[in-house]
Amino acid sequence: MIPLSWYLILAAALMGIGLYGVITRKNLVGALIGLELMLNSVNINLLAFWRYLHYAQPEMDGLVFVALAFVVAAAETAVGLALIISAYRSRKTVDVNEMNLLKG
Amino acid sequence: MSAGQVIFLLVGAVTLGSGIAAVNARKMLHAALWLVLSLLGVAFIFALLEASFFAVVQVLVYIGAIAILIIFAVMLSRSSLTDEGTQTNPRWWLAALGLLILFVGICAAILLWPKVTSIPAPLPASATDLATLGKELVNPNGYLVPFELSSILLLATLVGAIYTAVEKKEEIKK
Repeated sequence: MIPLSWYLILAAALMGIGLYGVITRKNLVGALIGLELMLNSVNINLLAFWRYLHYAQPEMDGLVFVALAFVVAAAETAVGLALIISAYRSRKTVDVNEMNLLKG
Repeated sequence: MSAGQVIFLLVGAVTLGSGIAAVNARKMLHAALWLVLSLLGVAFIFALLEASFFAVVQVLVYIGAIAILIIFAVMLSRSSLTDEGTQTNPRWWLAALGLLILFVGICAAILLWPKVTSIPAPLPASATDLATLGKELVNPNGYLVPFELSSILLLATLVGAIYTAVEKKEEIKK
């Protein structure tokens, strides 16, 4: 049997890796890849809690939560990539350091 | 060590390793392919958690749709930030250090939490039954409202993404 802590530590490591990608990547698409890793770590946590601590009577809470997280993740990626393509079209770059139009 | 633990460690190592490769790869296309491997590892983790439905959904939605979308975006925005030169901010080590501290803190919090030793109860048959999940999603006393809201969100996303990404007429004239 796998201890619950293993899942939680794996998810924490995946969250850290994803956040590192979001913070350090110069390329917008790279930042989005890091974001996907973070969303996945959240889903691991939700399913692990559902599996290990589901003694509350309706057992579907965790599964429904994960399904909604999937929907939001898909929506977020679609809008994010549309924004990247739109920004690329007007600025001819996906480098976050060059997107400084709002800089004072 | 049981067989399940060995499988978990192998899958976890592949997931984390390809995740690290995905945030460090110089070429964006390679990063996207590493992301696919990492997402596949997460699908295996879902299967280990006895959520086989979500393992399938993970492969369908993430690998089948999101990864392909990312590869499209890489190819559509290719010419600008070429793959030569550094791909990260100059102060990446600061981020790495901060996140390492954060990770150690989270691990300490996890291990100090009293419920972390809880043993999973055997799943009742209804918990893995898809029909139960489906009925719960359209049950007015259950999750009908979040379910409908998520469908509205998806519709809004569809319209918004097309509107944002499509080339406007005045831009073409320029």
